[in-house]
Amino acid sequence: MKQQWEERVVYQRPRALASVSTGYCPGCTHGLIHKLIAEAIDDLGIQETTIAVAPVGCALFLTDYLEVDGVMAAHGRAPAMATGIKRVEPDKVVFTYQGDGDLASIGMAEIVWAAARGENITVFFVNNAIYGMTGGQMAPTSLPGQITTSSPRGRDVETMGMPVRMAELLAGLPGAAYVVRRSVYDARTIKAARQAIRTAFRVQMEGVGFALVEFLSSCPTNWRLNPAQALEWIKEDMEPYYPLGDYKVSDIAKQLQ
Amino acid sequence: MAKELLVGNVAIAEAAIRAGVEAFFGYPITPQTELLEHMAGRMPELGRVFLQAESEVAAINMVYGAACAGARVMTSSSGPGISLMQEGLSYIAISEVPVVVVDVMRGGPGLGNIQPAQGDYNQVTKTAGHGDSRSIVLAPSSVQEAADLTGLAFDLAEKYRTIVIVAGDGMIGQMMEPAELPPMKSLPATRPDWAVTGAKGRLKNVITSVFLDAEVMEAINWRLKAKLDRIQAEEVRCELTLVDDAEILIVAFGSAARITKTAIREAREQGIRAGMLRPITLLPFPSTAIEELLDRVQTVLVVEMNTGQMVDDVRLAVQGRAPVHLYGRPGGSVPVPDEILDVIMSLRA
Repeated sequence: MKQQWEERVVYQRPRALASVSTGYCPGCTHGLIHKLIAEAIDDLGIQETTIAVAPVGCALFLTDYLEVDGVMAAHGRAPAMATGIKRVEPDKVVFTYQGDGDLASIGMAEIVWAAARGENITVFFVNNAIYGMTGGQMAPTSLPGQITTSSPRGRDVETMGMPVRMAELLAGLPGAAYVVRRSVYDARTIKAARQAIRTAFRVQMEGVGFALVEFLSSCPTNWRLNPAQALEWIKEDMEPYYPLGDYKVSDIAKQLQ
Repeated sequence: MAKELLVGNVAIAEAAIRAGVEAFFGYPITPQTELLEHMAGRMPELGRVFLQAESEVAAINMVYGAACAGARVMTSSSGPGISLMQEGLSYIAISEVPVVVVDVMRGGPGLGNIQPAQGDYNQVTKTAGHGDSRSIVLAPSSVQEAADLTGLAFDLAEKYRTIVIVAGDGMIGQMMEPAELPPMKSLPATRPDWAVTGAKGRLKNVITSVFLDAEVMEAINWRLKAKLDRIQAEEVRCELTLVDDAEILIVAFGSAARITKTAIREAREQGIRAGMLRPITLLPFPSTAIEELLDRVQTVLVVEMNTGQMVDDVRLAVQGRAPVHLYGRPGGSVPVPDEILDVIMSLRA
């Protein structure tokens, strides 16, 4: 009997995403960001040339979740480690994946200098305004008044200062070629994040310089919210202080968008 | 190859280049800076990687990254910078990637000064950062030996997939001596199969230091210890000077050994049977070599440019079979042969 329909794959697990369960909490957006990165790796055809640098933080098992070569850096040192790899393997695609404690606190020097050198690496910066892995302490990006286990009366900006806006800070460095902030709280923002990941890889592949995508991300467990409330909190509370947008897109990077 | 007049730091740098170092990451600090400066000129000239990092913390992590990618890589520093590198050394140790680190020791603690000292003995021999692992440590006492041991450092680092520290001091680093450099080795054509270079035609390679299961972590610790035991059994190096009939055995390394050698010659002229054992490998420590000399030796003297660090290892080797004395000059003070001779004389009296 003649087949009357055509089978067409419209969606499947990206090849670069390992077939394992992640250790992430329900409602956490790390897994979603991993998937978007894996899709980009598939679509750009770079699975065999990509080297991932995992951070210390919730994403320390990133190398288990992606089917690419990878290392795990010391806390905050991923940009330095990525620099070492990229300098001896300049034809490979090297990216770091870092949280806010890792990148904006202990690793501030390493990320600033990687950007200042125009290091030809890609950085995915997951900002959820809290230290997730250690159980919800105040992060460099925690909002004013945000209650955490180490700021039980709320972040006091008189003693701790205002949260650090990394995308804005790094965009000010001449070495930065592509610095944008995205989020993943609804279909619209996910779509924009998906596109930015591809551009950030392509900026590196074309040798244009330092590329960073910041993601406003959720941590329902440590925010003490359910997953839906957590996505709402990104939109209503985080986004006003951390506006989504393009902070630095060099002329060459514009052509790669 | 003919001998040429070389500064110690430059001899180390050029020896590393000839040993095929592909990448150098470092940060300026006296008294090692000439090493970095030589690399800054030569490495780009050869199409290799030189990068002045923003800190020693970054430098060691760049080294870590390059080593994970399978490149022959090194860094150099002095005490304050080596302190900052301890974090990275711990990660490198468990990752079992080959790395060469040069420590041109200066007076400490703190910022201290820039005079020659041996106060980093414990820092480099007792641990590679936090946790439970150690590095091979080589201690040159001349410019020639600094060059030779740098070549050996890369061989040992790759043979055992470990950290090798070349522990010199401000004197070895700064002085000029005639030395012969080795011929230029070619760079390795391929990366090791464990390296992270992109998973092309193979399963992915992952280099990590996180193992949440205590049993797995314990097994890794024992594996590292077994490697250390193999190194202890196979890689001990020391130099013996006039020990065959020695009643007084002096144990000294690096610059202190060099000065002690002159004192021994003077002691011999005065009829004192003094001899010296100079550890070339501070780790593995030549404990057995010391023990084997104890039948004749009546007294052991340790001369070092600190308040007494290697003396602990000597005491462990001697195990109470002879008195062990210390003559230490810490903080950047360098002993002269006459003061060592005075100590030798006082021990005989």
